[in-house]
Amino acid sequence: MTSYNLQLNAQGELQHLLTIEGLPQEIIVRILDTAHSFLSVGEREIKKVPLLRGKAVFNLFFEASTRTRTTFEIAAKRLSADVINLNVGTSSQSKGETLLDTVANLSAMHADMFVVRHSQSGAAHLIARHVAPYIHVINAGDGRHAHPTQGLLDMFTIRYYKKEFTSLRVAIVGDVLHSRVARSQIHALATLGVPEVRVIGPRTLLPSNVSDLGVQVHHDMENGLKDVDVIIMLRLQNERMNGALLPSAQEFFKYYGLTPAKLAHAKPDAIVMHPGPMNRGIEIESSVADGQQSVILPQVTFGIAVRMAVMSILAGNP
Amino acid sequence: MTKPLPDAEKLLALLAERMRPWVSADTALIGIHTGGVWLAQRLHKVLALRQPLGTIDVSFYRDDYGSRGLHPKVRPSNIPFEVSDADIILVDDVLFTGRTIRAAMNELFDYGRPKSIRLAALIDRGGRQLPIAAQFVGDEYAVAEGEQIELTKNEKDELSLVLNRARA
Amino acid sequence: MKIQIKGGRVIDPGTGVDRTQDVFIAAGKVVAIGEGPSGFQANRVIDASGMVVCPGLVDLSARLREPGYEYKATLESEMAAAVAGGVTSLVCPPDTDPPLDEPGLVEMLKHRARNLNQARVYPLGALTQGLKGERITEMAELLDAGCIAFSQADVPLGDNEVLLRAMQYASTFGYQVWLRPRDAALGRNGVAHDGQVATRLGLAPIPSIAETVALSTILLLVHQTGAKVHLCRLSTADGIDMVRQAKSLGIKVSCDVSANHVHLSEMDIGYFDSNCHLVPPLRSMRDRDAVRRGVLDGTVDAICSDHTPVDEDAKQLPFGESEPGATGLELLLALTLKWADEAKLSLASALTKVTSEPARILGIEAGTIIAGARADLCVFDPQARWTVQPAILKSQGKNTPFTGYEMRGKVRFTLVEGNVVFES
Repeated sequence: MTSYNLQLNAQGELQHLLTIEGLPQEIIVRILDTAHSFLSVGEREIKKVPLLRGKAVFNLFFEASTRTRTTFEIAAKRLSADVINLNVGTSSQSKGETLLDTVANLSAMHADMFVVRHSQSGAAHLIARHVAPYIHVINAGDGRHAHPTQGLLDMFTIRYYKKEFTSLRVAIVGDVLHSRVARSQIHALATLGVPEVRVIGPRTLLPSNVSDLGVQVHHDMENGLKDVDVIIMLRLQNERMNGALLPSAQEFFKYYGLTPAKLAHAKPDAIVMHPGPMNRGIEIESSVADGQQSVILPQVTFGIAVRMAVMSILAGNP
Repeated sequence: MTKPLPDAEKLLALLAERMRPWVSADTALIGIHTGGVWLAQRLHKVLALRQPLGTIDVSFYRDDYGSRGLHPKVRPSNIPFEVSDADIILVDDVLFTGRTIRAAMNELFDYGRPKSIRLAALIDRGGRQLPIAAQFVGDEYAVAEGEQIELTKNEKDELSLVLNRARA
Repeated sequence: MKIQIKGGRVIDPGTGVDRTQDVFIAAGKVVAIGEGPSGFQANRVIDASGMVVCPGLVDLSARLREPGYEYKATLESEMAAAVAGGVTSLVCPPDTDPPLDEPGLVEMLKHRARNLNQARVYPLGALTQGLKGERITEMAELLDAGCIAFSQADVPLGDNEVLLRAMQYASTFGYQVWLRPRDAALGRNGVAHDGQVATRLGLAPIPSIAETVALSTILLLVHQTGAKVHLCRLSTADGIDMVRQAKSLGIKVSCDVSANHVHLSEMDIGYFDSNCHLVPPLRSMRDRDAVRRGVLDGTVDAICSDHTPVDEDAKQLPFGESEPGATGLELLLALTLKWADEAKLSLASALTKVTSEPARILGIEAGTIIAGARADLCVFDPQARWTVQPAILKSQGKNTPFTGYEMRGKVRFTLVEGNVVFES
């Protein structure tokens, strides 16, 4: 049984980023502060700093994702790192090599950092437990468990627009049951002291013990959005839309899609967020996605800065 | 016999007068966080410079990242003018090994190609490890091994120099 | 061979006898306890001072992995593990490869086991062919080949009509049916109990109702058919309550729990420890406490090891992909003693759950030490402390949630039919 915090080394410094759960507030704030400095790097002509020069970052994506992989690649390259992309569907994993064997082989090729996405919860933890001491592991999404860099960039976004956390009402809407993004957000919001976090969705898409995570549960979106400062819409995956969880996309949109009318229940300066990619007309109406209150595009820019911050803090630790 | 610590405010005034004949209205000033920024703010006013003040944090360009990791408090650099073709004066509080200045210059060159870079330092404590020199110096002051000299600011924004134990 | 076990604390859990005295063995049987028969000349005297002498443990579930899964474990290694754990009789589930649905397979298994001259093996025959839940097996033939009862192992039987007919058929001949209550659909893709840990870790959930819905069906069918049913591996508080209620209404069922569920809960999963990936899953602390209460008040008749050796590669995978199961033969005694300590029970009471009670459920002559009984005995040092480390386990399955735990109680001698088959 693992009773120690795998993410921190003996000095309490960040060794891996696997989940926001268990991360001290100071570390989260440091990542956000550092990300702020990296924002200005992206506005210069030479968008690079030499921090990770000579380091090799391996993107190990066992689950396909062009968006996330691309932002990690951009982030690593802006730190002057060498980036190797492995989409495991075409490589040795599909030839029956075990996850740990794949990782061991890559470690032997002098990797300094692994960015891992996997369809199984706990995959990043398993890898972190088995890599050589000097290799850092970043979880880019494992099953339904966690997507810490997304959670962090969402916190960065909230701080950017709302300045501080301790008086906010935040609502997370949609398929929380299957969402690693939601779980990471909930942990981050709690650690940063957000007093009221609400989840909004039908019973079939909320975990049965979700209130144990410290959130208020709403099944009615209009009530749920009342006086909210931040609305985070979650992506609804295609597989969920027909069958026992939901009858159809149309019905989901009717009750839980974010339209201008529903948005009006929130505070007038509420911001609208979405981890992307969006399903227009299912989670969110286009007019809201493209509207004044939407910060969905800035989230992407912030994502690069946050990932640069995470990588540079990790690579600087032993 | 160790020299008494200079008065930072007096030194600042002296430094400004040393710089005055050599700056024009278009000279751009960039302060290096944190002491250099305080000094640059004051110099910018006293010298009545036209170009907006720039600030630079060299954390991303330091040569000790491999051994010490990323600095715990990184601040954003902000250079609100065009670096290419600019006459820039970097301002720092204490010039010592020269590595901070090397990092600052590397960073500046990622913004563009300046016409010239000069350096103004309140205190030159010697001990250079790189071929770096300051064109404008307030005073030279030798600091003993195991100690360091630092610029501080009180609540009334008055500057003063202090001696502390060197950080590891 | 004539053996005298001298000076041990002899405990016969079934009768509650607990006295320091000698045990005399000859021709495979216990010939006397206390006073030796006149003229008894022992070939070997075992000094059992400071030790407990009890009946060999009867384990209601231990997977030997033969036939078919020899890369996980072999009969040799697992039988050695059994006697190292003081187990002298064990029941193995039919989920081998191929499943035990053919008399030939059962005969071969029994033959191989007998030749090893260690614990007695009582195989469960498959209730349906291939365990597929469609056609019932030739139960009479399987019984003749050596099966003691019939079971679906962990494979849910989704078609209630088939389940009804299987139970009716078995009850015609008085055959026992062993069933683990598990709904075929509810939580079928789950890997962890539907509780706070699965929610936090994002693990596909198995709700408690997956057990209780199936359990209520089974209980109703027992009532309908009068079949003799033994319920395997209960894990939920609600399930234990249902069995308690059924028994109080006079429904004749017996049930067991795994030693893992007596001690562990979902909290032990920590951060995805695949050694805690078990079937049924480790449930909430409330469920675990209910299991313990059930064992204490007799609702649960027996504790078994649910020994399931898994090869290392199959555990070194993300939790949801890892193979469920834990090694257990060598831990059953120590875990039972640990429970006895915590529940403040006498050794005799606690040991009934792994000796006389499982023997009664099986209807075999075992689990007792009385004059005339077969000399299947376990001699253990109740004070000896040892730490669970994979390297010291004789089983090929090194996968246990108890790695690193300090245990109390070490087997020193195991006798089967009057022969010393293990000593340490």
